[in-house]
Amino acid sequence: MGGPPAGLPRMTSRVHALSLRLPVRAEGGAGWLLAATLIALAVLAPVAALAWAASGGSLAHWSHLAEFVLPGALANTALLLAGVGVVVTLLGTGAAWLVTACDFPTRRTLTWALLLPLAVPTYIVAFAYLDLLHPIGPVQGTIRALLGYDSPRQFRLPDLRSLGGAVFVLGFVLYPYVYLSTRVMFMTQAASLLEAARTLGTGRLGVFWRVALPLARPAIAVGLSLALLETLNDIGASEFLGVQTLTVSVYTTWVTRTDLAGAAQIALTMLVFVVALILLERHGRRRQRYANAQRMRPMPPRRLGGGMAALAAILGWIPVVVGFGAPALYLLAETVKRLHRVGGVSDALLAGAANTLAIATAATVVTLAAGLAVAWAGRTLRESSRLPAGRACARVASLGYALPGTVLAIGLLVPYALLDDALNTLWHAVAGVAPGLIVMGSGVGLVLAYAIRFLAISTGAVEAGLARVPASLEQASRLLGESASGTLRRVHLPLLRPALAAASLLVFVDAMKELPATLLLRPMNFDTLATWLYAEAARGTYEEGAVAALAIVAAGLLPVILLARTQLKIGH
Amino acid sequence: MTALLDIDRIHLAYDTAAGLHSVVEDFSLGLERGEIGCLLGASGCGKTTVLRAVAGFEPVRRGSISLDGAVLSSPAGMVLPERRRVGMMFQDYALFPHLTVGENVAFGLRRRARAERRARVAEMLGLVGLAEVGDSYPHELSGGQQQRVALARALAPEPELLLLDEPFSNLDVDTRERLAFEVREILKATGHTAILVTHNQAEAFAIADRIGVMAKGRIAQWDSPYNLHHHPADDFVAEFIRRDALADQRARVFERGARKAAAR
Repeated sequence: MGGPPAGLPRMTSRVHALSLRLPVRAEGGAGWLLAATLIALAVLAPVAALAWAASGGSLAHWSHLAEFVLPGALANTALLLAGVGVVVTLLGTGAAWLVTACDFPTRRTLTWALLLPLAVPTYIVAFAYLDLLHPIGPVQGTIRALLGYDSPRQFRLPDLRSLGGAVFVLGFVLYPYVYLSTRVMFMTQAASLLEAARTLGTGRLGVFWRVALPLARPAIAVGLSLALLETLNDIGASEFLGVQTLTVSVYTTWVTRTDLAGAAQIALTMLVFVVALILLERHGRRRQRYANAQRMRPMPPRRLGGGMAALAAILGWIPVVVGFGAPALYLLAETVKRLHRVGGVSDALLAGAANTLAIATAATVVTLAAGLAVAWAGRTLRESSRLPAGRACARVASLGYALPGTVLAIGLLVPYALLDDALNTLWHAVAGVAPGLIVMGSGVGLVLAYAIRFLAISTGAVEAGLARVPASLEQASRLLGESASGTLRRVHLPLLRPALAAASLLVFVDAMKELPATLLLRPMNFDTLATWLYAEAARGTYEEGAVAALAIVAAGLLPVILLARTQLKIGH
Repeated sequence: MTALLDIDRIHLAYDTAAGLHSVVEDFSLGLERGEIGCLLGASGCGKTTVLRAVAGFEPVRRGSISLDGAVLSSPAGMVLPERRRVGMMFQDYALFPHLTVGENVAFGLRRRARAERRARVAEMLGLVGLAEVGDSYPHELSGGQQQRVALARALAPEPELLLLDEPFSNLDVDTRERLAFEVREILKATGHTAILVTHNQAEAFAIADRIGVMAKGRIAQWDSPYNLHHHPADDFVAEFIRRDALADQRARVFERGARKAAAR
């Protein structure tokens, strides 16, 4: 046992030699922190560039905007947000309560079907309804036939191309955000609370107003803020329906008048709305934590009979039919008609589809890698003194989702131009020729923009996945001789595979249907399915638009299924 | 004779928002090669923190930890956990759920040749009596089997020192006692040095050559089980051992009664 006492002097010198070789107390966290900081800066760059570009315009410039453009656009945006806010809150909360508190035929199917409109991007629902509700279209024609009129001059529905029309189509595709968060909240509300209210003499309706709804308020706020961020992001629907919102103003100011300073100034104005919505969401999420009561007995739904059951089913299915069924069936019918008549699709559309797949795939890879770096930096730094820095990076990195695509794109124009200049200078110095616009001229700029916008998805998924990996697994790996990065490769990455798969699906589909940023940052003569559809709709030539739209909606169904499985625990 | 593990007057503390929160103060112990030591104390006494410091997951604020004469931790710096040649068995076993039992045991043997690695895995699984389950996944095994896989995995890379963090607390009473003896036999047969952390006195007395009674971040007595019983250093130790022994006795009487009742 042990070494001989004579070995002591030798040992002491060995101790000394080893002490000198002790590595400094850094767990390789510095590299991760650097990566996370760079990513955070990339997210902040467009906002900083916006401020810089906006200040480049003269004061006269701003007063022109303030006098002629902003008042109308501000009023339209505010009214649109208010209208959509009311519609999504009523539809989302109402539907969530209906499927939670009442039992009627088709309830189980309806629970996930209510999410389906999420598969339909705002510009597609507008595109579809413009044709569906056209004065000489199928719906109005049917109504006239039923009522016995024979000309649109005798009877027509209010024009869809109005603020009211925009509120209608946006509200019916964006309510699932409110429905989802509120339904999850209702599912976890303890039955005992509601039963306590009943024993205290409150009726069924009173329970909803006085207990369930106040408890669900934070969840409603979260869903509402997400739906309104989407509204702010929308460009297609507002433009097709002729509503001059801030987003549309930014786009036209840059595209038709090449006025960067003006576009940046309007974009900065939009950021005020964005900040307000983020604050609303943060507030909701903070409160939600206290209102959540998990692992309690959930409320059993009340069985409805006869007429009441039929009424509930009809009411419940209306949002699904309006937000998904009608537009999807319309697109399907148009596609079949088109394919039948022409016998195929044009090469241009196929090229657009190929572009979409390529660019969405590239964006998915970049976004996942960046999200992994940010989340891993947060994890490795948790036990060190650099934690606040790491957490700040993660916060900033996840802000991209709130930037409307148009604002992001305008903000990226200046950094991209600088980057292209620098690359050209460098290339010229080395090779003697200038390669032209690398970032803006290829899809690189677009991929980076998608990565910034959808980083929150991958960061969130990886963070949630990492939280489920016990710290002891990491420690066991280290004690078995594996380094920090080796542990990431051999332990965490394999365990994160489901989370990464889910995140890639979400990012891929979001990138695939992205329109506002794509319109501004795509290279010349480069079309994705979304921009192809936009061009068709803008020209009023509805030829192959339905085919592109159907492809996007079909892809969009995949994340909805995923959402239904993970959030509402359906299919498990 | 120099101790294999030498913990010399260490202070351990956590970083909190309000500053350093001291957990362990002026803590020393020495463990000879081949000995099994045990830190015994109620939860929150700092025993697990000491173990984590030996493993290299907690920095020492003062003092030093040395293994075989080489300094592992001191305020000047720490050797990374993966370079310490210290193995650990975790309370939750920490078996990698995505790897088979064999792959788990082979995890720390990456630098060895394939044939040698395979032989070592077979040898270790044989040692813990699980030669046939190499291709199963951890979740297919019982708690006691998982425990033994964790032991095989920790011993496979031939660590100088094995740390056991409440390794038996997730098992039922019968399995626990049987496994504690089994683990002791395996460690003694292979000549390993180990430190166990537990709050269970029966476990400590069953497995350890030396026991340290801990309270409030200090070690009250570091001694053989015999001396703890017969020559307690102070009233605290005497009271701690007596009270627990009483509880143990009471439990046994109760169990015997229950068994008789069941037999009738």
